[in-house]
Amino acid sequence: MFRIATARIDPASLQAALANPRAGACVTFEGWVRNRNEGQPVLSLEYEAYALLAESEGEKILSEARGKFSLVAAAGVHRVGHLPLGELAVWVGVTAEHRGAAFDACRYIIDEAKARLPIWKKEHYASGATAWINCATRGEHATGNPPTAG
Amino acid sequence: MPKIQVQYFAILREQRGVSAEELATTADTPAALYDELRARHGFSLPRDRIRAAVNDAFVDAATPLRDGDRVVFIPPVAGG
Repeated sequence: MFRIATARIDPASLQAALANPRAGACVTFEGWVRNRNEGQPVLSLEYEAYALLAESEGEKILSEARGKFSLVAAAGVHRVGHLPLGELAVWVGVTAEHRGAAFDACRYIIDEAKARLPIWKKEHYASGATAWINCATRGEHATGNPPTAG
Repeated sequence: MPKIQVQYFAILREQRGVSAEELATTADTPAALYDELRARHGFSLPRDRIRAAVNDAFVDAATPLRDGDRVVFIPPVAGG
């Protein structure tokens, strides 16, 4: 299941929900809000999502991962709202019989999620300025890759 | 004229000043509708950096629009 969360993500309960006697490997990824992007000090991040489409596209990515790798289960959660430094912004968890598939699938899911989900991130800088990441146009300050969290 | 529901997110929501509106328009594709709205509201992003969704699914920007469709323009994403 892939969902958009408006409240704090609890990785322990998400991981516990993946428990399965067939699983010999569990790989999880946590994307945290970081204090610096492209040399600029970042104070906080604001995430906004088109939740309905983000969840359906997230499900599609999980389903692709199940098709490509030999998995027991896969799940993901992406947070929205205004998040302070250190906050968990995105969580992906994958179980498989063996570690290779679990590592590969976890990487696939987070990479695709970052590239495809309709989720936007606004950085708030120490200078007081803000910027929507990847949305700068000519003449504006170039902000963008790589995004701060994840 | 066909009526279209438009929902805005992120930079487009801020530049439009509202998160949703209903429009009567002769624009017959999401691409034409974005051009119309960009001219009216001065959106900074050119059309080639925007994707479109209709009725909660990604679509090609040249897909025909029908009366009552719900359109979302998707600026460059930045999850994670």
